[in-house]
Amino acid sequence: MNWDWNVVDDFMPRFWDGVLVTLQALAVGTLIAFALGLVWALAQRSAQAWVRLPVIAVTEFIRNTPLLVQLFFLFYVVPDFGPSMSPLTTGIIGLGLHYSTYTAEVYRAGIEGVPAGQWEAATALSLSRGRTWRAVILPQAIRRVVPPLGNYVVAMLKDSPMIATIGAFDMLGEAQAFSNETFTTEALTVVGVAFIVIAYPASLLIRALERRLVR
Amino acid sequence: MSADTHPAENTGLLANPPVDGSELIRFDQVTKRFGDNTVLDRLDFSVDSGKHVTLIGPSGSGKTTILRLLMTLTEPDEGTIRVGGELLTHEERNGKLVRAGEKHVREVRKNIGMVFQQFNLFPNMKVLRNITEAPVTVLGLSKDEAEERARELLELVGLTEHLDKYPTQLSGGQQQRVAIARALAMRPQVLLLDEVTSALDPELVVGVLDVLRDIARTTDITMLCVTHEMSFARDISDQVLMFDSGRVIESGPPEKIFSEPEKERTREFLKAVL
Repeated sequence: MNWDWNVVDDFMPRFWDGVLVTLQALAVGTLIAFALGLVWALAQRSAQAWVRLPVIAVTEFIRNTPLLVQLFFLFYVVPDFGPSMSPLTTGIIGLGLHYSTYTAEVYRAGIEGVPAGQWEAATALSLSRGRTWRAVILPQAIRRVVPPLGNYVVAMLKDSPMIATIGAFDMLGEAQAFSNETFTTEALTVVGVAFIVIAYPASLLIRALERRLVR
Repeated sequence: MSADTHPAENTGLLANPPVDGSELIRFDQVTKRFGDNTVLDRLDFSVDSGKHVTLIGPSGSGKTTILRLLMTLTEPDEGTIRVGGELLTHEERNGKLVRAGEKHVREVRKNIGMVFQQFNLFPNMKVLRNITEAPVTVLGLSKDEAEERARELLELVGLTEHLDKYPTQLSGGQQQRVAIARALAMRPQVLLLDEVTSALDPELVVGVLDVLRDIARTTDITMLCVTHEMSFARDISDQVLMFDSGRVIESGPPEKIFSEPEKERTREFLKAVL
């Protein structure tokens, strides 16, 4: 097999388009997954059964069905009765929603890991419920959840090519299309390397954050 | 025990501290069960304001449960608890007793402070903020007022130079002294001390007990104390209650309980721990 740098050169414009899509999906998807996961985790602890039970049902459902099916559903079925969104927007929402059900579990474990004595001390000082969450419980829970949350960012990066199936061409999507059109394989190799180049600094960043947070 | 005095009804939510010597805490027929285990059995007892009362007795006799009931960390199955004449877990509405709302509980509970066996400082906050958090967000003090109060209290417990540290950077004894300062910063009328030296290395116990002796001597705060430190109990107590199987079996001034207890069970217990 011969490696042809000219092929790589030809691929570059489309590669950068794909990188942009991948990074957008990863960044916004992560924000959605982190924020929504916390909402799920808190709702699952609600004293109100009408809040708690539907949230548990929905998150279990999403976590236990394939991301691919959810992407198809969001892209092909939802527009029949709801908003019609671009492939990229749909893909980002799909990734964020899917992974929020995993981060919810991480938050749940983090919250449950805060010792009972912390709740008791907050009660003894008459801190309000909201203040107890914001000032005492969540800051301690967040510290415990950063490493596992970081792992889901890397997992999400590796799942991001699925959004190409609904037409949001990430870097792998672009590479596959390019390779099919030109009967070459260089583009796929380039993208393989690009995944490592993105994922490795990301895990370094997570580790640095972890060191900063864990005291 | 002043079981014969009756609490004044509806004296307001302790807006004015009761005159020293009036009844501050009252348990009426309080029963608490954990599963099949009856920890407190129709318990009656009261504590007058300004008094230092120590609860002694074997493990599992219900001493700590009393403190946890007062702090609303657990609820009684039967009976009522009053603090400053106000019902803690119930409210009177149209002449009927109903379960108290969160707001009522918080108002009554503000008068109670607690120091825990495991300190329970907030590890995500520095020492100063541990102490100022509740005065600022619950009592509405300004940050400056709260910090000034915190500095005074840190001086009282001898930790002024540590205000900028995190709890994990302190020894157990130092952490417990911060916890005492944190509880006092709310200016409670009652301070509950739940085996506050049990988790400490022996050489750190003295410093914590000295601080508590100091507080007992120089303030008129009411103290309710569960401890296995009998010499400390003897030093600070006005009254000692001996518990066994969820009931008070003997009570009196420390010199009487420790020197000439009436009940055989008390004698056995003291012989084992002294």
